Amino acid sequence: MVLGLFNYWAVIFLMMIGLYTLIARDNLIKKILGLNIFQTSVFILYITMGKVSEGTAPIFVKGVEDVVYSNPIPHVLILTAIVVGVATTSLGLSLVIRIKEAYGTIEEDEIEDGRP
Amino acid sequence: MTHHLPVLLVVVPLVAAPIAALVNRPRISWAVAVVATLWTLYAALGLLSETMAVGAIHYELGGWVAPYGIEYVVDPVNAWVMVIVALIGALVTPYARRSVEHEISEDRIPLFYAAFILCLTGLLGIAITGDVFNVFVFLEISSLSAYALIALGNDRRALMASFRYLIMGSVGATFIVIGIGLMYVMTGTLNMADLANRLPEVASSRTIPVAFTFLTVGITLKLALFPLHAWLPNAYAYAPSAVTAFIASTATKVAVYLLLRFFFTVFGAAFSFDIMQLDLILIPLALIGIVTMSLVAIYQKNVKRLLAYSSIAQIGYMVLGISLASVLGLTAGILHLFNHALMKGALFMSMGCVMYRVGSVRLERMSGLGRSMPWTMAAFVVGGLSLIGVPLTVGFISKWYLVQAALEQGMWPVACVVLIGSLLALMYIWKVVEVAYFRECDPELGISEAPFSLLAPTWVLVLCNLYFGINASGGVDIATRAAEVLLGVLS
Repeated sequence: MVLGLFNYWAVIFLMMIGLYTLIARDNLIKKILGLNIFQTSVFILYITMGKVSEGTAPIFVKGVEDVVYSNPIPHVLILTAIVVGVATTSLGLSLVIRIKEAYGTIEEDEIEDGRP
Repeated sequence: MTHHLPVLLVVVPLVAAPIAALVNRPRISWAVAVVATLWTLYAALGLLSETMAVGAIHYELGGWVAPYGIEYVVDPVNAWVMVIVALIGALVTPYARRSVEHEISEDRIPLFYAAFILCLTGLLGIAITGDVFNVFVFLEISSLSAYALIALGNDRRALMASFRYLIMGSVGATFIVIGIGLMYVMTGTLNMADLANRLPEVASSRTIPVAFTFLTVGITLKLALFPLHAWLPNAYAYAPSAVTAFIASTATKVAVYLLLRFFFTVFGAAFSFDIMQLDLILIPLALIGIVTMSLVAIYQKNVKRLLAYSSIAQIGYMVLGISLASVLGLTAGILHLFNHALMKGALFMSMGCVMYRVGSVRLERMSGLGRSMPWTMAAFVVGGLSLIGVPLTVGFISKWYLVQAALEQGMWPVACVVLIGSLLALMYIWKVVEVAYFRECDPELGISEAPFSLLAPTWVLVLCNLYFGINASGGVDIATRAAEVLLGVLS
C-alpha cells in the first residue's frame, strides 16, 4: 500500500519542502528555488497519473500489436508546464538581479529594514 | 471571417505582441498596440451581440472535435468579461502613450507595449477557452507579462512588489494545475462541458473535493480575496500608472470569471454550494474583506495604495454576490464586475494624470489640485461617487442588486455590511476630496491641467460610469442572462 503509492508520497514530500522554503527563507534566490521544487512536485504528480500498469512508452511500432501504452497526454501537458516554469524562474531571477542593483541585497528582511 | 472570430480575438493580439517588440520604435509599437486593442474590442463586441442573439458559440481549434481538441466557447458570461477587458484595453492604450513616455525610459517602451498586448491576450484567452488546461496556459501568459509590467515602475519598491506577486501568483497557478490534474485523473477529460457531464459520477470520491479545494484556493489567490490579498496593494501602488489602470480593472475581474466558470459550469452550483458548502467560507471572508480593507484604505497616505485596498474590498462585493448563488446575487456579482472595472479604471487613470503633472500621488502633494487640475479631479470625484454607490452612477446599480439579493434570502446583516462598506468608501474618498478642494495649492509649483490625450480616455470611462448608471437596462439584461446561463435556469 505504502510502497505502491511511493510516487505520491514523494510528490507530497517535495511539495512541502518547496512550500516551506518559499515561506520560511528570506533569501530571494532560495525562494525561487523553493518555487521550483514545488512546481517540480506537480510535474511528478502528473507523470505518475499518466502511468498505466504494465504500460510501455506510447510509441507505435509497425507489426507489434496488443501492447498497453501509458497515457501520453499528462506528459504533453507537463511539457507545457515545464516551459511555463522555466519562464517564471528566469523572470524571477532577472527581478532578483534588478533588486540587488536597487537595494544592494537580496535578503528580504534587510530590504524591508532599509526602506526609505 | 466571422466564423473564425473567436480564435482571431486571441490570435491577432498574440501576433501583434512580438511585432511591437521587434519594430523597436516607441511610436510604431504604440500604433501596433492601438490597432490590436481596437481589433479585440471590435471582435469582443461582435461576439457578445452574436451570442446574445443565437446562444453559445462553439469553435474547434484546428478542426479537432471537441472533447479531444481544444474548444473555444462563447456564451453571455465570458462575452461580457471579454468586452470589459477589451474596452479597458482599448481605452488604456491611447492613454498610455503620454503617460508611459513620462514614466518609462525610452528604450523599454516597445517592450512595454509587447508585454501589455501579451497580458491582454492572456486575459482574453482565459475568458474564451473551454478547456481547463488552456486556462492555465493563458493564466500564466497574462500573469508573467503582468509581473514584467509592474516591475517597470519607477520606484524601486515596484521590483519587490513584482517579485512578491510572482511568488504568490505562481503558487496560485500551481494550485490550479494540481486541481486540474486531480480532475483529469478521475474523469480523463479536460474539456469544461465534458467535465461537467462526467464529474457527478465521481463526485463522491475523495479526489474531487480535494481538486475543488485546490482550485478554490488557487483562484481566490489570483483574485485577491481577503486574506489572500497581500500581493495586491504594493503591486498596484508602484506599477506605472497605465499598468495599474489596466490590471486593476481587468486581471482580478478575469479571476472572478474563472471562479464563476469552475463553480457553476464545471462543478455545478449543487456540488459547490450544497455539498461543499462554499458559501459558509466565502460569505464571511467577503464580509470581513469589505470592512477591514475599507478601514485600512482610510489610513493610506498614497492614493494609489488607498485605491488598491479599496479594490480588495470591492472584490468582496463580487464574491459576496456570487456566494449567494441565486439569480439575483449572481446578477449583482456579474454587474459589479463590469461596474467596478469602469470606476476603478476612471479612478486610476485620473491618478495617472496627477502622476504626470505632480510626479507623485501622495496625499500631501495633492493639496489644491481641485483648482489647478479641475478636469482630473472632477473625474476622480465622479469615480469616487460611483465607488460609494451614489444614485445615477453604476456603483448604485450593482449595490442595489446586491442588497436586494441579500434581503431575498433574509440575510439582512449582510445587507447592512454592504451599506457600511459604502459609508467607509465615502470616508476614504472624502479624504482625497478634502485635500484636493479645501486646501490651498502652492502657486509656485505651477501645476497645470493634464494633457488632452490623458484626459480623453479618463473621461470616456467617467461618462460610461454615468451612462450605465442612468440607463442600466442593457447591462442588467446581459448580467441576468449570464446569471441564468450559469445557474442552468436557461437551457
